[in-house]
Amino acid sequence: MSSRLSIVSVLLRFAVIGAAALAVAAAFTYVGGWLTPRRLTQARIMDAFARQDGAHPGFRRNHAKGLCVSGWFDSTGAATLLSNSEILDAGRVPVIGRFALAGGMPMQADTPSAVRSLALRFLAPDGQEWRTGMNDIPVFPVNTAEGFYDLLLASKPDPATGKPDPNAMRAFLARHPETVRSMAIITARAVAPGFAESTFNSLDAFRLVDAGGRSTPVRWAVVPLGSPPADAAAPPSNAGKNYLFDELIARINQRPLKWRLMITVGQAQDPTADATLPWPADRAQIDAGTVTIDKVSSEDGGSCTDINFDPLVLPPGIEPSDDPLLSARSAAYARSFTLRASERRKKAPSAVTPQEVRAGGKT
Amino acid sequence: MSSARRTFTAGSRVLHWAMAVMILAMLFIGVGMAATVSDRYAFLVSIHKPLGIAILVLAVLRALNRLFNPPPPLPDDLPAWQQRAATGSHHLLYGLMFLMPLIGWAMLSAAPYPVAIFGPLQLPPVLPQNATVYALLRHAHTFLAFLLFATFLAHSSAALFHGLIRRDGVLQSMASLRTDEANDGA
Repeated sequence: MSSRLSIVSVLLRFAVIGAAALAVAAAFTYVGGWLTPRRLTQARIMDAFARQDGAHPGFRRNHAKGLCVSGWFDSTGAATLLSNSEILDAGRVPVIGRFALAGGMPMQADTPSAVRSLALRFLAPDGQEWRTGMNDIPVFPVNTAEGFYDLLLASKPDPATGKPDPNAMRAFLARHPETVRSMAIITARAVAPGFAESTFNSLDAFRLVDAGGRSTPVRWAVVPLGSPPADAAAPPSNAGKNYLFDELIARINQRPLKWRLMITVGQAQDPTADATLPWPADRAQIDAGTVTIDKVSSEDGGSCTDINFDPLVLPPGIEPSDDPLLSARSAAYARSFTLRASERRKKAPSAVTPQEVRAGGKT
Repeated sequence: MSSARRTFTAGSRVLHWAMAVMILAMLFIGVGMAATVSDRYAFLVSIHKPLGIAILVLAVLRALNRLFNPPPPLPDDLPAWQQRAATGSHHLLYGLMFLMPLIGWAMLSAAPYPVAIFGPLQLPPVLPQNATVYALLRHAHTFLAFLLFATFLAHSSAALFHGLIRRDGVLQSMASLRTDEANDGA
């Protein structure tokens, strides 16, 4: 069928085969990031958290200290004007949530200035699902994953002083004027006394899409029902290590807590790809419904523990915007979830224990 | 009188090459999305899930097709160890083209993440929520992806070895563009 090849020809042909395999393997290695150690990957973000906060196996890499809650969402149906999501149809869907403090330290003591978060998972009976993680700050300090990573590195406590290196922070701020601007807004915010009086903001923009395909930029927030809270920059004099969480437990035990889901309708010129920029205060708001929280449990054994509040788990009718932080959060949260799911046997008890919740928030 | 068919049927070849492109793309998408926090992450994930399910569907078709259209035999003079390597690597490739999408589907179910395919189209979970099972499957997904990539490299190198060095018609049996199978043995 074929004439014999010379030995040189055989060797050359083997070389061609080897080179082809090597080229494909090299491309694979490049795409996998092994040839570009400076590329920002999930692994590097996780490493930055570990360097900043130490290793805490089994815990979320960020918003590590938290408490599980559950309840329901009564939708007014008002947002169906802009979105065909079934979760926003008038009616009730169950909600699982998690209150937390930002940062990768699961044992940090509660302080008034620590950024508070509320993550929610709405689950419609037909399986449609909406997950959202919100913070009590009005804007985000950075607008890219690179900015987030650099801020983490610049905030790393100096082992000698226990405080971030001021020179590193100065250098970071010089490179990130958007953080200078947003930090001014963040530090000027009124701090509510506790979780129950806090407003939690989506920070990132999203898009509501109606049945006809019309897409509207939005941001959302959950706003506590009741009178506006007094500013509480100072903790109570008898504040325990978990005073914010303990007070939340006691409040939920008294009566269900309610937040109104307010959807801010953006206009074409409003920035959707920059979470450091506030939108004009006069934007129309839709009262989409009420989130009621009536049950609370420790993370240890709680229903929120094994949920990754990935901001890109969205139902049809709610879509991501062009905000690059959404993809970054989704990628990093997924890695954090995989890591902690792999470390369950090594996990220390959470700061707020089942005993503490059963005792009604008394340590 | 007809000798044994020497090429794969046109249908088999179309299935093979379509899946080759899809699986190789899938491996690159997978390894790429696990190593970026840029906008590409969400984009790649949105391709990875429907493409994985498409591969699973095609793998079923392909296994059925193989039952009705068995592959042509390897040359008689192929050393026994190469025969065994060929059979073994083909079994491995078939196994992994089923296993990878199934593990992906199962791990998303166990996490639990919605198994979003396209628009409102969503697949039901195939496992109950269990973080430990998720972690196990997630690591298996990565490990088997590397195994699949290595097997792909061995498979394609072996194909080129047949085509360039042994020149025994094995590469042609899959790489031929001919549709008129009647002439294949000529």
